[in-house]
Amino acid sequence: MAIRRTYVRPMAGWWKRNAFFKRYMAREVTALFVAAYALVLLAGLARLSQGHDAFEQWLDGLRSPLSIAFHILLLAIFVYHTYSWFTIMPKTMAPVVVGGKRLSNAAITGMGLAASAVIGIGFFVFLKVLAA
Amino acid sequence: MKRSTQPPLWLLFGAGGMLSALIGWMLVFLTGVAAPLDLFGVRGMLSYENVLAFARNPIGKLFLFAVVALFMWHAAHRIYHTLHDFGVHPGPVAWLSCYGVALAVTVLSAFRLLALGF
Repeated sequence: MAIRRTYVRPMAGWWKRNAFFKRYMAREVTALFVAAYALVLLAGLARLSQGHDAFEQWLDGLRSPLSIAFHILLLAIFVYHTYSWFTIMPKTMAPVVVGGKRLSNAAITGMGLAASAVIGIGFFVFLKVLAA
Repeated sequence: MKRSTQPPLWLLFGAGGMLSALIGWMLVFLTGVAAPLDLFGVRGMLSYENVLAFARNPIGKLFLFAVVALFMWHAAHRIYHTLHDFGVHPGPVAWLSCYGVALAVTVLSAFRLLALGF
């Protein structure tokens, strides 16, 4: 029997055609980096449970130029994740009605970003106080 | 009718996405940038003694567990659902390599955190 050569539409790079698809892909691909950071932290927990010297080795690893460069990239991607998460949040949640008026998408996004800034900086201050 | 596994997985995705959107950027900054470069005195803040004390506190322990596990469930769900857009048809192998890894990371982080004691 002859092998059927049915046409399969190529899908490499389909998302490059449209700005909406590009934003979608950028947002989805952040997940790879979120997973990578979870693994970095898991390694830290494992080293922590092995004692002082092991934990210091983990910290030493983070001090390598390659690691610092990777984490600066990671930081940019996490900031983009925060931005994209709160940008799509109005589309994924039930409408919020305040005083008979529907809360605008921009207001929801703005509140999310403000919450992230306050919680992030608050966490830093909290750790600073704990360490003091 | 077979029940869908999607709602609980979506819930974990959503919880991890929210937690990482709220605090992920600061955690990356602290452990990956500020501590290595010793900005704002963060190196001293993340000493072995301080981190151990944080991880032995029940609330600190729960926080660290939530961060590691939920970040992973968030990523697993998102990667699994994006595979299709890269021309990979999801099957049992893809399912296991996404959610299986998330489950493994959850169990490992729980073990490590419990091993630290209270």
